[in-house]
Amino acid sequence: MDLAVETQQLTRVFTQRRKIFRRRRNGENGESEGPVTALDHVDLQIRDGELFGLLGPNGAGKTTLIKILATLLLPTSGIAKVAGHDVTKDPLPIRLKINMVSGGESSGYGLLTTRENVWMFSQFYGVSSKTAKARIDKLLHTFGLWEKRNAKVRNLSSGQRQKMNMIRGFVTDPDILFLDEPTLGLDVNASRVIRDYVKSWVKTTAGKTVLLTTHYMMEADELCDRLAIIDHGKILAVDTPENLKRRLKKETTFRLEVDPLKDTSRFKTIPGVKNFSLKSDGGASLEKLTFILEDEAAVSDIVSEVVRQGSKIHHLQKTEPTLEDVFISMVGRSLE
Amino acid sequence: MTSTRSVNPLALNLRAVVGRAYPRIIGANREPSWVFFDAILPLLGIAAYVFIYEGFFRAPGADRTFANAMIGFVVLGGTMTAFWMNVLWSMASQLYWEKEMGNLQLYMMAPMSRMALLGGMALGGMFMTSTRAIVTLVAGVFVFGVHFDLANPLMILAVFFATLVALYGMGMMLASLYLLYGREAWHMSALLEEPIFLVSGFYFPIRAIEGVGAWGRAVLFGAAIIPATLGLDALRQLIFPGFFGGKFWLLSVELEFAILVVLCVVFLVLARVSLGYLEMLAKREGRLTSRHQ
Ligand SMILES: Nc1ncnc2c1ncn2[C@@H]1O[C@H](COP(=O)(O)OP(=O)(O)OP(=O)(O)O)[C@@H](O)[C@H]1O
Ligand SMILES: [Mg+2]
Repeated sequence: MDLAVETQQLTRVFTQRRKIFRRRRNGENGESEGPVTALDHVDLQIRDGELFGLLGPNGAGKTTLIKILATLLLPTSGIAKVAGHDVTKDPLPIRLKINMVSGGESSGYGLLTTRENVWMFSQFYGVSSKTAKARIDKLLHTFGLWEKRNAKVRNLSSGQRQKMNMIRGFVTDPDILFLDEPTLGLDVNASRVIRDYVKSWVKTTAGKTVLLTTHYMMEADELCDRLAIIDHGKILAVDTPENLKRRLKKETTFRLEVDPLKDTSRFKTIPGVKNFSLKSDGGASLEKLTFILEDEAAVSDIVSEVVRQGSKIHHLQKTEPTLEDVFISMVGRSLE
Repeated sequence: MTSTRSVNPLALNLRAVVGRAYPRIIGANREPSWVFFDAILPLLGIAAYVFIYEGFFRAPGADRTFANAMIGFVVLGGTMTAFWMNVLWSMASQLYWEKEMGNLQLYMMAPMSRMALLGGMALGGMFMTSTRAIVTLVAGVFVFGVHFDLANPLMILAVFFATLVALYGMGMMLASLYLLYGREAWHMSALLEEPIFLVSGFYFPIRAIEGVGAWGRAVLFGAAIIPATLGLDALRQLIFPGFFGGKFWLLSVELEFAILVVLCVVFLVLARVSLGYLEMLAKREGRLTSRHQ
């Protein structure tokens, strides 16, 4: 089977720019000084016809990987191949076969209409106007944007814009499509339309590959044939969502809802606790804790620790592992 | 890959040029307010000079053919200014703005040639500015009652097109150079605007600078590599042949035309080389995209 994407020891280091241009990066611990290793010796193989997901927290290196594969960024070291061609040495044949859509991007010109904008981008790929227009009209219907076909782009809502971007991605009929958080900020219906279309596109057309990054576990679980979990530029695991969840079967997942806790640092030291995450619903008074336990007996220690802090347990449940639990177990924090 | 793609590179790049020029050609003329802002307002700048020359040459006893020549001179210069402004402000900083808007990465990811990208920008700019320039010119001729002598229309067209290509070639080169600079691009353009405006002689015969002193000649030499200067001088020679007994012309029309053609080639080659180099640099440093997603 052919590989759509292959990387070997792919590494990308960003060195900081000169002072005046320094922009603050989103490191949690103010890690903005010095070089950043966005990708750290990544070995990845994505097969032809696969819908492959990249799952990782902010700053994990997902976008960096996609940019390298889209021939927009050079690797610092290592090799990246797309459709069999090296991204550094031979970008042109790659560019003919790929396209990329990022969530929240603003592409094109506000004065043009939706149709004109997408048409313009199709011309950069040499698609004949007739073909392009036929595809655009079909996609406008598919994505529910037909009424906005002649609206100026600057008057589109951000969700409508995002649908237009998706159409831009499909209009060139790429073999490999990179989707960087394509459903970011979209409502439930719009996300659904996009997911369904992406899925059917890969499944019903031969030789189409999608590499998708997302923050939504459900999306990854539902869509992807295989997933890579990535953190700090390293691939932690690559497998099907089912297999990833199965790995956790040896471990137990508990969910608790408690009054706000003063200190959560001690949970990590309880024997049998592999990892845990904490979510507080903004202003709400309850905190949600998820524990991945190697030893189920640890739950009694957890309960006494909560009680010792004077907090009350509102809910305690043992659950089947979700993809999110896999993520917590590997990365040590939750995604959303 | 199962599907094999055969795209004719020439066809692809021609489509890309048209695609990239489209928003300028269609989009920019979509709002009718441009007629006022871009075509009528420039007349005010021209008018100031027109009235000065009126004052001089329409005094009792003055030669009225001079008045017509000087005013035609200024109207022509004022019209060409539109192209220069478009190159300096719109072309040069274009790639930088595309980067800010998030379009640049989509352009760079596409399989089109970089020259198709720049060429499309230039073509769109030329077309858009031409519509404005024509309105300004016609309005100027009408309002100020200028009489043009179009004895050699073919040569006039040739010089005009050579000037445009050289000017936009320069714009393409500047666009590539500005790519790596952020907001400094603006300062750079602002810095260049006035001096080049002066030495291009939009509102006076360029040779007049020579009279200023020893440095006048040096300035003239520098001015000669700016396509606007040469083009304008050649156009004026062709349209107002006997002006001041030919004393104020820079070089012969033929020579100016030849230099313009050379400049076209030089600027286009430089644009290509510098964009290729700077693209590589940007890809290495992670600066092709400004948005951090
Ligand atoms: N152009 C750049 N210059 C310097 N550092 C960069 C640049 N682009 C990315 N980085 C750094 O590289 C790391 C990986 O960033 P990247 O954008 O790939 O993360 P991500 O996984 O896409 O995150 P998110 O989920 O927030 O989109 C981050 O630490 C980031 O600060
Ligand atoms: Mg990202």
